[in-house]
Amino acid sequence: MSLATFDLPAPRDGALRRLSDRLVRRARLLTLVLLVPPLLWLGLIYLGSLFVFLGQSIFSIDEFSGTIVREPTITTLLELFRPANYDIVLRTVGISAVVTVLCVVIAFPVAYYAARYAGPRAKAAFYLAVMMPLWSSYLVKVYGWKLLLAKEGAIGWFAGRLGLGGALEAWLALPVVGGPSLSVSYTGMVLVFTYLWLPFMILPVQAALERVPKSLIEAAGDLGASPATLFRTVILPLAMPGVVAGAIFTFSLTLGDYIVPQIIGTSALVLGQAVYMQQGTAGNIPLAAAFSLVPILVMALFLTLAKRTGAFDAL
Amino acid sequence: MTRASLPLRIAAVGGLAFLHIPLLFILLYAFTTEEKSYAFPPPGFTLKWFGVVWGRADIWAAVGLSLKVATIATVLALVLGTLAAGALARTRFFGREPISLLFVLPIALPGIVTGIALRQAFGLMEIPFSFWTIVLGHATFCIVVVYNNAVARLRRLSPSLIEASMDLGADAFQTFRLIVLPNIGTALLAGGMLAFALSFDEVIVTTFTAGQQSTLPIWMLSELIRPRQRPVTNVVAVLIIIVTFLPILAAYYLTREGEAVAGSGK
Repeated sequence: MSLATFDLPAPRDGALRRLSDRLVRRARLLTLVLLVPPLLWLGLIYLGSLFVFLGQSIFSIDEFSGTIVREPTITTLLELFRPANYDIVLRTVGISAVVTVLCVVIAFPVAYYAARYAGPRAKAAFYLAVMMPLWSSYLVKVYGWKLLLAKEGAIGWFAGRLGLGGALEAWLALPVVGGPSLSVSYTGMVLVFTYLWLPFMILPVQAALERVPKSLIEAAGDLGASPATLFRTVILPLAMPGVVAGAIFTFSLTLGDYIVPQIIGTSALVLGQAVYMQQGTAGNIPLAAAFSLVPILVMALFLTLAKRTGAFDAL
Repeated sequence: MTRASLPLRIAAVGGLAFLHIPLLFILLYAFTTEEKSYAFPPPGFTLKWFGVVWGRADIWAAVGLSLKVATIATVLALVLGTLAAGALARTRFFGREPISLLFVLPIALPGIVTGIALRQAFGLMEIPFSFWTIVLGHATFCIVVVYNNAVARLRRLSPSLIEASMDLGADAFQTFRLIVLPNIGTALLAGGMLAFALSFDEVIVTTFTAGQQSTLPIWMLSELIRPRQRPVTNVVAVLIIIVTFLPILAAYYLTREGEAVAGSGK
């Protein structure tokens, strides 16, 4: 900073100066003045709409006229437990769990290498290599997988060339995970979700691993722990908050997504699609609101459990 | 430090490759001569589709709308996010935790919930869908990106700088303009760029808050669900990668160099 910046005009006397003095003298007032615009926006517009929408879950729909009956009732919420709807909830939670596990398995070696072995330059390169796909367009990434997973696409071609065509056929012939082609199977859907949310797992796990004190690792070695024991008893427990932090992202993002299952996946619905259908073609806003409560409640439960593991310090 | 074992290195490099291979295939497909399927390998290569996209008025209109929405949503988010960060960075008061949770909520909740909630609210208040309803939805979830960047930088900015400025006779507005703003400038720019990329790419909330208007992601989504013009979509995908790539790279370098804030060691 050059000395020239000291040529300040003397503060003017007047309304602005008086306002400034008042704000400086009363820090609480300043905080309040700063908070009002963003709070009006998020508190009034956003939170207001949210409550109005979710609140409709206690209303029901008149089956004949299709209009909303504005009387409090629990019938709409109970509808979630009908077998067809309950299946949707279980299916979505199951997919989210599988995606989360896969993300941990793929993310851990990347994070471990970046945290423990990469030099400063390699670390910067790793960081960029994770950030770029994270911030790339969501739809473009899904589109990339549509190209890869199509029957005539690259994965099928490479499998054929490597003599794995039979294995791919056999996998697709399996119940549940299989289907007519990868792009209309659970395998494809889970693969795309895993791809989309993987960076959200790598970053917090790496952050947690970087905080493992070197002295602990050396002490374990000095006390005769084998690399496997060291990993199991020292590194893994200390990395857990990072894993849980990453799981918050992978789990909640899968739970609420309705675009991927629409483009790549089976005809069986997931939660997001159910919400979309109920508010759109079915016109049943109360049931859409009830379905929307599910991911919110599941995540609230998840977050309460996560808070106990100290995952929030790893975010 | 010992070297990593071979399996670990393979798994780490493999994980990173997994993150990048689909993007490489999109680049490849932009040049394919195949029009009716996603056949691999491409039967031939051509630059023809770039020319076709160049001449498409509907795609240019969608790009224009997306850029306009992203610009205005970013400006709104910059103002509101900075105010929020200024209020919460160094203060403690009753209700501070719920308020900071409120700022994160729009990206923590599934986009479909935010989208339908806003749609319902517009319907209730009889606001017709327009350019401004899209902007309103986007600004709501862009605020948090700016807020996060600004709050991190403000916490590193030494309060003694502000006190010194006041002691030397500057009023609150001069202090903000001459001391605070230059120090948090790059963080705001980075936050703004990320907000821009986020808005430019957003599709879920937009689905519910746009009327007949089509942003670029909305156009892309309709092509993904019912592919009608595969080669054109391939080229548009590459263009989107480029448009989002540059601000993200810039944001990375801005925040990295911003680590050294004046007075941060105090």
